[in-house]
Formats: sequence, structure tokens, C-alpha cells
Amino acid sequence: MLAESNKQLEVLNGGVFANGELPYFKDKIAKTGHFPLRPRKLEILQINVGYMCNQVCEHCHVDAGPDRKEIMTRETMSLCLDIVRTTGAHTLDLTGGAPEMNPDFRWFVEEAAKAGIKDFIVRSNLTIIRANKKYHDLPEFFKKHNVHVISSMPHYTRGKTDKQRGDGVFDKSIKALQELNAIGYGIPNSPLRLDLVYNPSGAFLPGDQAAMERDFKKALKEDFKIDFHNLFAITNLPISRFLDYLIASGNYEDYMYALVEAYNPAAVENVMCTNTLSIGWDGWIYDCDFNQMLGLKVASKIQHIRDYNETVLNDRNIIISQHCYGCTAGAGSSCQGSVV
Amino acid sequence: MANSYYDPADLRKFGNITEWSEELGNRFFEYYGKVFEEGALSAREKSLIALAVAHVVKCPYCIDAYTKDGLQRGITKEEMMEAVHAGAAIESGATLVHGVQMMNKYNKLSM
Repeated sequence: MLAESNKQLEVLNGGVFANGELPYFKDKIAKTGHFPLRPRKLEILQINVGYMCNQVCEHCHVDAGPDRKEIMTRETMSLCLDIVRTTGAHTLDLTGGAPEMNPDFRWFVEEAAKAGIKDFIVRSNLTIIRANKKYHDLPEFFKKHNVHVISSMPHYTRGKTDKQRGDGVFDKSIKALQELNAIGYGIPNSPLRLDLVYNPSGAFLPGDQAAMERDFKKALKEDFKIDFHNLFAITNLPISRFLDYLIASGNYEDYMYALVEAYNPAAVENVMCTNTLSIGWDGWIYDCDFNQMLGLKVASKIQHIRDYNETVLNDRNIIISQHCYGCTAGAGSSCQGSVV
Repeated sequence: MANSYYDPADLRKFGNITEWSEELGNRFFEYYGKVFEEGALSAREKSLIALAVAHVVKCPYCIDAYTKDGLQRGITKEEMMEAVHAGAAIESGATLVHGVQMMNKYNKLSM
């Protein structure tokens, strides 16, 4: 396991990039006039509230699981809300682990509503709702606070989903989606937003987002009478567990070739690191969730939310490496799916 | 030179064929790209046809390319294998239907 981030960066900076076969990301974006990459106005605060999770997924870039103890405190959550109040960021995007497993999760949702957040996203793995009695009422809680639910769904078939996310995950996810539908989530024109995230279960890039959404909608409706709003197709970035897999399966070089060949300058214009900040469970600030997992704090005098200063932070260059090709391939990729 | 006729890394170099015949190469790739766009058939359906044909013409590059393409489009392994069977059935049918020619000839020559 290449859990240590410096070892991962060594891999990403070496091999086919060091020997000149493929261009470094920095050089590639310089050719299209995008270097250095700079932030625009902050719109989205993506917060990792802890690595604890009831699942252990093969592709997880967070390395999350039931034995992880890193968890965000209520004090750090309060500091995040201060940023929302001062910057006017309109979206809070909670990730984990399973965000719902943080003991202060419900408090945070309630306080965020008071702070005037327009879009409160929870990246829910769905199975958490059925994992334990204390989570059974989550759908009603989500509804009460108009939480925007975004859930991973690797495929509309049982085999592919369970292979990536663990045995039984597909059936539990289907039940959870049906429960959410039953109270109004994901129904056409319903204000209760339910979106799904698709990421490839292997060493290949996601196909066209609109075509995949059509296939998912048709299959889930016909087989399980499930509705949802949008499907976000997300590219797996070559870091953490997925990087281990690429190397162990002999797919690393081909995957990097595929990412570089699919480079799209139009996607660079809209990469999520330009309007999003990623906050770690312990309050450190990163350009994105992936840089967070690589331990690459923002290149600024301000690196922790207790010292937050919008002006100073906005005057920084975004830290990039070869994993960034994952966000600029094809139609681009972000936590909200394609960007082009 | 490689020691075998097929090198998987050569697939990445496919575009290089334009270097020795630019106009024809470019026209081919333009045509190729157009063929696989959404049309009366979906791009998904065309991907499965391409996979079946790839097996019939026994092109290892095409098999790699359209297995990956199918995965990217969310096509399942069961769908892919059925497509291969469709190709195989036509190919074996094409052999067997010549059995009629053999029967005709046999009968003509026999007393």
C-alpha cells in the first residue's frame, strides 16, 4: 500500500513523466495558457468530517473504513461555518468516510441552515441508512433540513456494484434509494435533490455522462422503480488505493496515457479547485480533496481555518501534479461530475 | 523491432499512420470518428457491433480497444459476450452454409 503520500508523489513524478514519454501536468497546462492555476471566488466549501466509514471500497481515495479514528470536532465545524458567513460561499459539501457517522453531524446540518447555506450536500454511501438503528431516521432528517443527497452507485447491476463496494452493498443501496424516493427524494421536479455518482470500477475512464445517465435511469426505473435527478460521472484519480490497484494490475502506464491523451483545455477552465476549498477533518486547508489525501496543504501563509483570511488565500497558486490529469480528461471531472 | 507481430503499445501509435500518408490517414480517422457518433444507432450499440467484428476479424488491438470502450460505456460482460457469440455465429454459419455447395458438388459427381 502506497499510503504514504510522498511515495505516491514519487510515482506520479517518475516513470513515464520523468523519462519524457508524457508531459508533466504543469507543462501541459502552460501550453494552453493555464499555468499557474489560480483560484476564483470561493463558492463551495468541501469538508471532510472524518475517515470513519461502514464500508471499505476498493477505489476509495480516502482509505476510509470502520477502523479510522480521524474525526472532525464541533469546534472545527464552527470555524467552517464562520468561513461560510464571511465569504458568502453558497454550498457546503460534506464528505468522509461516512459523514453521518460523525457524532456532531446532525448539529452541523442544523447550524449550517442557520448560517444561510443554500445547498447542503451530504455524500452519503446509502448503506449507512440501513447499517444501524440509530441511522434509520436519516431520510426524514435529510428531508426536514432539505439536505441534498449525493450517493455513489458504481453500476445499475448487482455484480459490478458489489465487486467495487463490497458484498450486499447493491441490495442495501437499492432499499435506501427506494426509502428516499418514498419521502419525495429524487422524484422529477421535487426540490429534494437526489443525485448519483458513477465512477468506473477499473482502469478505464467514465463514458459520456448524459448517455450513462440515460442508461442508469432506464435500468433503475425498470428494475426497481427508482427515480433520481442527475448522474455525475467521476474519473478515478491515480492516488491512494486506486493508484495501488493500477500499479498492482499493470495498468498504471496505460491509464496515465489515457488521461493525458484525453486532456481537454476547456475542462481546465472549470476545474473544481478554482472555486472550492477542501477542509480536512483537523481544519487544514487544501486545494481539493485529492490534494488533501496527498497531504498537500495550500501554498499560502494561511493553511488552517483558525487563521482564515480570504484575501490572503485567494492570492495563491493551486498545487498541481500528474494526478490532476484526472480532472481535465475528456469532459472533465469534479465532485459535481463533468465540467464541460 | 519487436520480437512479436503484435505489441499492445502499438495501439497508442495508431494515429502515426497519417505521417506517411497524411490526407488518406486524416480522411480515415475523420470517417472513423463520424461512424461511431450517436446516430440512428446509439454509440453504445455501435460499440457492441465493433466488439463483435473485432473478434471476427481477429484484431487484438480492436478487441482491447472495444472491451475498454464497452467498460467506459457501462456495457456489462454478459452483453459483451453475447455480442462475441453473435459474431461467432455468423462466422461459423458462413462456413457451414458452404456445406450446401459441398453437398451440391458431391451429388453432381455421384452416380
